[in-house]
Amino acid sequence: MTTQVPVVSELFTWPADEPQLIGTFFPESGVTVFPQAKACPRTASQNGERVLLPRRGTLWSWTIQGFLPKSPPYAGPETPATFKPYGVGYIQLGDQVIVESRLTTSDPDVLKIGMEMELVIIPFNKDADGNEIVTYAFAPVKK
Amino acid sequence: MAEDVAIIGIGIHPFGRHDSTGMEQGAHAAREALRDAGCEWSDVQYAFGGSSAAGNADTMVSTLGLTGLPFINVANGCATGGSSLISAYNALNAGAADIVMAIGFDKHPKGAFDPDPASFGLGRWYGDTGLMLTTQFFGMKIQRYMHQYGISPSTLAKVAVKNFENGSKNPNAWRRKPMTEEEVLNSLMLSNPLTQYMFCSPGEGGVALVLARGEVAKKFTKKPVYLRSAVLRSRPFGSFEVFNSWLSPDRGDSPSVGAAAAAFKMAGMGPDDIDIAQLQDTESGAEIMHMAETGFCKDGEQEDMLQSGETRLDGRLPINTDGGCLANGEPIGASGLRQVYESALQLRGDAGDHQVPKKIRTAFTHVYGAPGISACTVLSN
Repeated sequence: MTTQVPVVSELFTWPADEPQLIGTFFPESGVTVFPQAKACPRTASQNGERVLLPRRGTLWSWTIQGFLPKSPPYAGPETPATFKPYGVGYIQLGDQVIVESRLTTSDPDVLKIGMEMELVIIPFNKDADGNEIVTYAFAPVKK
Repeated sequence: MAEDVAIIGIGIHPFGRHDSTGMEQGAHAAREALRDAGCEWSDVQYAFGGSSAAGNADTMVSTLGLTGLPFINVANGCATGGSSLISAYNALNAGAADIVMAIGFDKHPKGAFDPDPASFGLGRWYGDTGLMLTTQFFGMKIQRYMHQYGISPSTLAKVAVKNFENGSKNPNAWRRKPMTEEEVLNSLMLSNPLTQYMFCSPGEGGVALVLARGEVAKKFTKKPVYLRSAVLRSRPFGSFEVFNSWLSPDRGDSPSVGAAAAAFKMAGMGPDDIDIAQLQDTESGAEIMHMAETGFCKDGEQEDMLQSGETRLDGRLPINTDGGCLANGEPIGASGLRQVYESALQLRGDAGDHQVPKKIRTAFTHVYGAPGISACTVLSN
């Protein structure tokens, strides 16, 4: 069986049945950042707390990556021949924070600002040992 | 105090794709600027210059002349040209020199920029997973703006049509072929809602300006153009920038809002006093949003302004009269100075085929770029 490894640790809880993104909450300013950071960009306070972010939110904006990004920095497995456009968006998680994410759909007719979205973990590439590298994405909530 | 700084010489190397190095293009622009000013390199007492990808500007003293002048390399991303100009402006105002040169040039490989996540303070995962693209940011910023303020795809296309038309009349532009709205809309969708011809391309070019204190300027030229203000701002909390893995729901202004307001205040003028404007058009949507961010209209008014041709060369407020980044491409180190070059050319009445028909007295320039910086200037006769 393939082992799944996160693209980087401490980006999201993993392994988990209901994974969550991990951010930092700064109580003095009420600011939440993602991923975790040492200092608050509003007050420069270093008194941050690790916080698990809501799994659901609404689509704040979106686009579709229509061409194969240059490598580096991109580390996906695609070639110009196999590349398929992918969605990218910002998802507002309540009044806490808006996070940037890949989207599971790249259909412009499906994506609407304000639609409900949910966190999922998706395979992204394989590492040298044959493990599946996974990252986070947001998917439209099925009605 | 601000009326003391004048542009006495302007030089440009045509933008586009060339066999020469970026540095050679910068040196060419410097020689052209000296020729235009009617002065020698040995008259220049201070120089500021930079490129993002074409080497250290101060190296060009080997071809311009080893006069021993202080030459400071400037590296400030997309505001490199603007930062060189501000440094020159400050040096003149501080009395450190009477004649100063600002030089910007660049040469980038074909295709989208491929920045290193670490240099922007981001984890490697951000680039690995395909989020490290400036094009995505531009797509998402205008996507939301169109949703909020009712900007149509036709208006996005009209920005490109206008800028390519202006570029077709500018011998120094890269893209010289006019394009129809249909051609722009039907070109390859790169980052929804932005198509291929709505984006500028990384390119090559060089620009140099010779600046002087006001009393010195009159000895060199009958047509000095005065730099009334030059301002740089970094991003405030709550702005929406390229390479943001998160945003605050507590939304704030872009750095362009603060830079433009400060530039107008320093010049003692407002947007209504400006006759022509050069606004950063990395893509069509950027020009539209920057019209509001710099104070030339309210959010949403761009739809009517573009549809009625108000920002064309013959309109009420011509914008990007030389074709902007869309027609000239984006050599990062040169773009900010290109806008000032074009403003000076127009104010002198020397723009030839792309000279605006109305009589003008004032001009405004605005550059914007990663990771959230903006530089603005106000110029006048």
